[in-house]
Amino acid sequence: MDLAVVVAIEVLNAIAGLVLISIGLAIIFGMMRVINIAHGEFLMMGAYAVLISVKNGINIWVAMLVIAPIVVGVIGVVIERCLIRFLYGRMIDTLLATWGLSLFLIGGVTMIFGNTVEGVSSPMGSLPIGQYSISWYTLFTIVLAVVLLALVYLVMKRTRLGLIARGTMQKPEMAAALGVAPSTVYMVTFGIGAALTGLAGAVLAPVAGVVPSMGVAYIAKAFITVVVGGEAIVVGTTVASSLLGSISQVMTFLTTPVWGDAAMLFVAVILLRILPRGITGRFFRRSI
Amino acid sequence: MGNQFKVDRRVFLKGTAAGASTAAIASMFPFVAEAADEIAVGGIHDESGFLDIAGQPMSQVLRFAVAEKNKAGGLLGKQIKLYDYDSQSNMQLYSQYAQQLALKDKASVVFGGITSASREVIRPVLRRYKTLYFYDTLYEGGVCDRNQFATGTTPAQTVEKLVPFVMKKWGGKKIYTLAADYNYGQITADWVKKYVRENGGEILATDYFPLDVTNFGPTISKVQEAKPDILISVLVGSAHLAFYRQWAAAGMMKQIPIAATTFGAGGNEVVLMDPSESDGMINALGYFQEIETPENTKWKADLKAFFGDKMPLLTELSCCTYEGFQFWTKAVEMAGTLDRMKVIEALETGMSIDGPSGKVTIEPKTHHTIRNVYVAEINDRKWQVLETYDQVPPQDTMAVCDLEKNPDDTTMYVIKLDE
Repeated sequence: MDLAVVVAIEVLNAIAGLVLISIGLAIIFGMMRVINIAHGEFLMMGAYAVLISVKNGINIWVAMLVIAPIVVGVIGVVIERCLIRFLYGRMIDTLLATWGLSLFLIGGVTMIFGNTVEGVSSPMGSLPIGQYSISWYTLFTIVLAVVLLALVYLVMKRTRLGLIARGTMQKPEMAAALGVAPSTVYMVTFGIGAALTGLAGAVLAPVAGVVPSMGVAYIAKAFITVVVGGEAIVVGTTVASSLLGSISQVMTFLTTPVWGDAAMLFVAVILLRILPRGITGRFFRRSI
Repeated sequence: MGNQFKVDRRVFLKGTAAGASTAAIASMFPFVAEAADEIAVGGIHDESGFLDIAGQPMSQVLRFAVAEKNKAGGLLGKQIKLYDYDSQSNMQLYSQYAQQLALKDKASVVFGGITSASREVIRPVLRRYKTLYFYDTLYEGGVCDRNQFATGTTPAQTVEKLVPFVMKKWGGKKIYTLAADYNYGQITADWVKKYVRENGGEILATDYFPLDVTNFGPTISKVQEAKPDILISVLVGSAHLAFYRQWAAAGMMKQIPIAATTFGAGGNEVVLMDPSESDGMINALGYFQEIETPENTKWKADLKAFFGDKMPLLTELSCCTYEGFQFWTKAVEMAGTLDRMKVIEALETGMSIDGPSGKVTIEPKTHHTIRNVYVAEINDRKWQVLETYDQVPPQDTMAVCDLEKNPDDTTMYVIKLDE
């Protein structure tokens, strides 16, 4: 019984991890069609924002939930203005440009902070479950992922901002004819995607080593999740994360993390063969 | 240590570009001649890139060793000139710089290489060009090459002492091993198995992890379910540090003690981790900064005077680099020449030095070292030496390698253990 609870929590944790690392990409790649190879570096910058803030005596929760998203969001807006805005509609070009951006960011952070692995300690204690114990931080990650998904869903579905953003992504000319400035909408949307990614990186900081190249470990998983999810960013990310996360984590429990990752990639390949437009290209088609 | 960090596409491209431009510059000046009254010594260390934590101190210590020798009058009445190259954690650059050192700089000896992969890149190059090579890193053992001297420890020296020590100290028979999934991790985990069985213990399970795994939640649950008395960690690299954080976060530090073969061996883990995440961990290595010998105290004071605030990280890697240089200079002085074979023969006389780690002797049949092994526990970011084992031989390599009988051997033996 205890084991079942622990396995269930760890599966939820894996799903939450995928949701966190891919929700920002779902907006930038899924909605805006920008292949952001620098996504991993956005995560990395979020982690560094926490690291630097904590080192300067700022409360870790403030650093994680406020400073990191703001910092990465602002950097995202600057990048959008200087680079991305010239490339909308040219997907392959965005890939090349953001690849260069990724190298630039890794190099820049290495120059400023050095290539040393650093880290912050996990801020919460542990919770005993029978003979097992898990970290409270795991539960926090799960709750945060749910809250973020709900928030993105509500903003996209219920607010005027969300409506304008979705409309602009679908038909920028029509949106412009109705008096919206697509350029501003793009900038804000990209900034929000970057901010969410920064938040995810901040949440990863206490459980992973913070190093300029840390993004590499996450970028493939983030892209796979978004591609498997398909067009609807919230529902797609949720469904894809749930499917891939539970498969990889159950396999990890049964065997080792090697097979966990292999099973996840295997399922992703099969899914894309059957559903080339992602899960939400076939099911939940009218969702967000 | 083996191939600690994978070289990914980005680093590869960066490195290749840098390498290409360096090569271009070098080819513009093909006849840069060295001054004949200087002795050229080469170093190849990863001073940037993924392995810089390990490479920078090694390079710094080599620079210090050369300066110290020059100040004391040099070698054979000549000054030593150090050609120190930054291989940027990139295998292509290792091969390029090894050739450059052998052919262009005409180095009498080369110190360097960190991962087993990098050693296997430069070892054949230096052998081909008849340039003596010192490999100063702890690794999985088994390299048999008369042109190479390996000053670091091998598992038969450290794991052999670590396993019985922790089994006795913590009164445990049931062991759970977590290891990195490549040659160093697998070979070391095999040695752990062997020594646990020899000491009457039982291995509950051995789990392997690719170097980029960061989520250890399921593993921690599995360990909790298996309830071992002792956890042995052969985890490697920055991603795997996440294990110790998650282990501490799950409240396990007080429940199951950890013996870790790599923790603090070459990197800054000990300074980096919070005491709550590392206190009580035990490791066995050939050198700890805290060893109290007159040689070590003097060495640390000299380094402090030389580097000031920029003291290198003192681990087994930096210490073995220094000791490797001591061996080479002593052998050159004994032979009275820089001739490679004469220097090798001098080293093969069973030469000893008193280094910062204690007495170190070259084992002539394997070109590895007989050295002291220290078992130490982390206490508030410092190592506390609990036990010293004097003059431990590299038995794993000695079992497979005999350079007296087969001087032309160049094999890297993978030491097979009975299952």
